[in-house]
Amino acid sequence: MADLRGLYQEMILDHSKRPRNFRALEGADCHAEGYNPLCGDRITIYVKLENDRISDISFQGTGCAISTSSASLLTETLKGKTRAEADALFEQFHALVTGKGNGDKAGAVTLGKLAVFSGVAEFPVRVKCATLAWHTFRSALEGENKTVTTE
Amino acid sequence: MSTARDVLNGVDRERSIRFPVEKIRQDFPLLANAVHGKPLAYLDNAATSQKPLAVIEAEELFYRRDCSNIHRGVHELSERATRWYEDARTKVQQFLNARESREIIFVRGTTEAINLVASTFGRKQVGAGDEVLITAMEHHSNIVPWQILCEEKGARLRVAPINDRGEIVFEEYERLLSPRTRLAALVHVSNVLGTINPVREMVEAAHRRNVPVLLDGAQAAPHLKVDVQALDCEFYAFSGHKLYGPTGVGVLYGKAGLLDAMPPYQGGGDMIRSVTFEKTIYNTLPYKFEAGTPNIAGAIGLGAAVDYVNGIGLDNIAAYEGELLAYGTRVVGGISGVRIIGTAREKAGVISFVIEGIHPHDVGTVLDQEGIAVRTGHHCAQPLMERFKIPAATRASLAFYNTTREIDVLAAGIRKAKELLG
Repeated sequence: MADLRGLYQEMILDHSKRPRNFRALEGADCHAEGYNPLCGDRITIYVKLENDRISDISFQGTGCAISTSSASLLTETLKGKTRAEADALFEQFHALVTGKGNGDKAGAVTLGKLAVFSGVAEFPVRVKCATLAWHTFRSALEGENKTVTTE
Repeated sequence: MSTARDVLNGVDRERSIRFPVEKIRQDFPLLANAVHGKPLAYLDNAATSQKPLAVIEAEELFYRRDCSNIHRGVHELSERATRWYEDARTKVQQFLNARESREIIFVRGTTEAINLVASTFGRKQVGAGDEVLITAMEHHSNIVPWQILCEEKGARLRVAPINDRGEIVFEEYERLLSPRTRLAALVHVSNVLGTINPVREMVEAAHRRNVPVLLDGAQAAPHLKVDVQALDCEFYAFSGHKLYGPTGVGVLYGKAGLLDAMPPYQGGGDMIRSVTFEKTIYNTLPYKFEAGTPNIAGAIGLGAAVDYVNGIGLDNIAAYEGELLAYGTRVVGGISGVRIIGTAREKAGVISFVIEGIHPHDVGTVLDQEGIAVRTGHHCAQPLMERFKIPAATRASLAFYNTTREIDVLAAGIRKAKELLG
């Protein structure tokens, strides 16, 4: 049970039940759809850019508690960040959920609230849930406008 | 722990005398294992079933004592292997009550059996403007091969609808059997809903319009008695691994006349009578459809599985699993916020459900920590999920080695998931 509490922390449950920035974004500069065919999770991420900075970001879709809260916290965290900062965060986040370090690097942007996903590392089959939104975000920025899948 | 349990306690005790489930469990070594420190409750039998010692030992004995290729050596080992392999075919023939053993083709599984029919019978019989009829409760393996065929031929895939209980709408099914229908490919038992389709009546209705029928029996063969002559279907497919046999082996039954008239599936050794660079003469049934070295050990293991299931008796299995299903439906369905998907009047041991406000994937993780193996997701039946307007579901699927205690563990796990995530 300790493991499960570590995975489903309060903040994760809160964001999965009351996802933030859960809407389509009018006038978005780019968007992309992410799909996990294994569990049917499907999300769309919308991004508005001002020069190199993410001025607004939102998402819509259906998914499990991990993927929904990850998308919600992604939008909260990335608003106002530059592309380079977003890339660095993804790298740290990925390291965190795959158990390759605590994610935080000296001198770089810090994970902040995203650290709540540290419990995912103990559940390897759930890593894809946690990273779906991030892959989708990256696809949106790359302007591919196509569906990314976790498989 | 629950009142339903108390009510059924008397029934349980009586049943355990009639159906020796604890003794049967000892035949399945894997069931004694622990998962995450909890006793395993294996409730994912529709995905694959566990194997009794008889199956494990038959395969092992083949490899230890008789391993050899079949139908080609004059040496002792090859003769033994061939005999054992062909004995397995006869066992399957009797298991399905097929008229002749040459009507039993060993394939990789249900998926390959359906693909075989699609690419031989289908390619020959289905043309532009023709139709193939399936139902709304098919598994992907009885959808996609027909889609591929229809696309290739310019034919049309028609889908017979189901009602909210998950039962076929018979009148609609009959209406969709048109003069252009070249084949009806129908699931016998739904892997998600558990619905047992009235396949005998469905075959009759198809035959009245001269439409041949393929039945996908992957979820039926392990749980109820199948008699292909009584059903009168043209084709019947099932997988060994869901019937307590090995993975990688399955069966296509076909009426001999049809199989004879069909072009071969794959070319290679064993499926030929003579080969020159100018012309090849194909072998007779069933070898025409078994190109190359088959899964010999798998077929032998499947033969052992058939013996094992016969030893318990499919009537006994169906009766016991029916009691488990009734108990599980009451206990799981009685938890507030739980909705069971698939409430057909004729139903096999499958309990698919959704919990209000909790995603199945999260339920699956919580249950896994309790040692409970269930399937979560779309169950390779995405159109069916859409029919019920759910992205995914959690599925507990039963076998004769499951117990009411395991269902209680499942119910406790669901309550824990609600407490943690609700």
